[in-house]
Amino acid sequence: MIHRAVVTLVAWLCLTCVGVAQTPATTSLTFPTLTGRVVDEAGLLSAGDRASLTTSLADLEARTMDQLVIVTLKSLQGTTIEDYGYQLGRQWGIGQKVKDNGVLLIVAPTERKVRIEVGYGLEGTLTDAMTKVIIENAILPSFKAGDFAGGIKNGTGQIIQLLVGDAGSVPTAATKTATPAGSSADTPVWLVILLGVGGVGVLIFCAVTGGAACRGIIQILFLLALSGRGGSSRDRSSSFSGGGGSFGGGGSSGSW
Amino acid sequence: MPGSHSRTSLPFRIAFLVPLLCLLLTGCGFNNIPTYEEQAKAKWSDVLNQYQRRSDLIPNLVETVKGFAKQESGVLEAVTSARAAATSVKVDASTITDPETFKKFQEAQAQLSGSLGRLLAITENYPNLKSNQNFLALQSQLEGTENRIAVARRDYIEAVRVYNTELKTFPGSVWARIFYTSNKPMEEFTVADSVKTVPAVKF
Repeated sequence: MIHRAVVTLVAWLCLTCVGVAQTPATTSLTFPTLTGRVVDEAGLLSAGDRASLTTSLADLEARTMDQLVIVTLKSLQGTTIEDYGYQLGRQWGIGQKVKDNGVLLIVAPTERKVRIEVGYGLEGTLTDAMTKVIIENAILPSFKAGDFAGGIKNGTGQIIQLLVGDAGSVPTAATKTATPAGSSADTPVWLVILLGVGGVGVLIFCAVTGGAACRGIIQILFLLALSGRGGSSRDRSSSFSGGGGSFGGGGSSGSW
Repeated sequence: MPGSHSRTSLPFRIAFLVPLLCLLLTGCGFNNIPTYEEQAKAKWSDVLNQYQRRSDLIPNLVETVKGFAKQESGVLEAVTSARAAATSVKVDASTITDPETFKKFQEAQAQLSGSLGRLLAITENYPNLKSNQNFLALQSQLEGTENRIAVARRDYIEAVRVYNTELKTFPGSVWARIFYTSNKPMEEFTVADSVKTVPAVKF
């Protein structure tokens, strides 16, 4: 009896350890929600502009898999656009997970700053020097004249040109579009926890009692696990979301 | 009867006990220390990579500036010698648990940041240089690299924070004392940003 109690106690102690797993320190910045390929928080674009930009950005992803997102911000919350930019990119996970091929065009009209934030995987295509040229030549002249929509459209066009030029040399890129990001990412969290806790519970139960009833439970659990795997597919066609790409501070900024 | 019961079910019990023990060990963070250690090391090599990248840009930058601003030889000399000093500090993966070398490394890099800042500040006085395409490209690359260094340093600091916390808190501290006795806490960047700030441009 004592033996059993000790085993159970240790098991529960260890199970609670799982729950206290460390989470990375969250920053104090708040980020807008990723509502689409164009997130116009500052309200610089008309509905028509947003629609046409969204179309060309979706077209870009279909051709090259590269995710380009345009975002206008009400405020940089007291930090620099460089600091805000890479954290926003990571938060949204723009770009495919393995390729890190995301780009953000960030406009902060309040601070009069603009930045092209380039994901790890595209730093070779959209080099710092190239993004600087795009900002200086295509974006800032329009911004200085107060034409935000024009500057954003020019800049986006040039970024797309560069990205498509790169994809031309990699014809395999387009055929990979259908590849899912990985089945584990699609399994709901609650199912994983349920199966995990259930499985551990059965292991404890069987190790302690050693009864024949365990065999039946194990079989049922096994079948459940198998069906759970097949039955959880998420609808991914409806809305736009980041593919899990990451950023390391590539790109450049400008101000007007 | 009880005797026969325990005889038949003992192997059965063990068959469940072994995977349970493995799960419990993992659940208790038995693997956390080596996992976080590898993550922090990867972040450290990112940091080194970005500093190396900056170091590689400097000779070209110095040459370009020289073409337009020969009279600023003092500042150019300072950058070149700071770069030489920074590259002379030998660093590798073991540096992060070696406070002496780590301090030397970050001081040398901070020196280089300071002299680079002065170099970029004086370029403001040379309109021809500022409109030179080669210089503009180098300048944007240098800005980008400085930004990447900042990001890499922050990622490294975060990874080290997680690793060091794991070494010091339960249950990691228990594993550290029993199994990972050779694991030492890692160093963080401590040099004040004031060393790195670019001096004000005076006209």
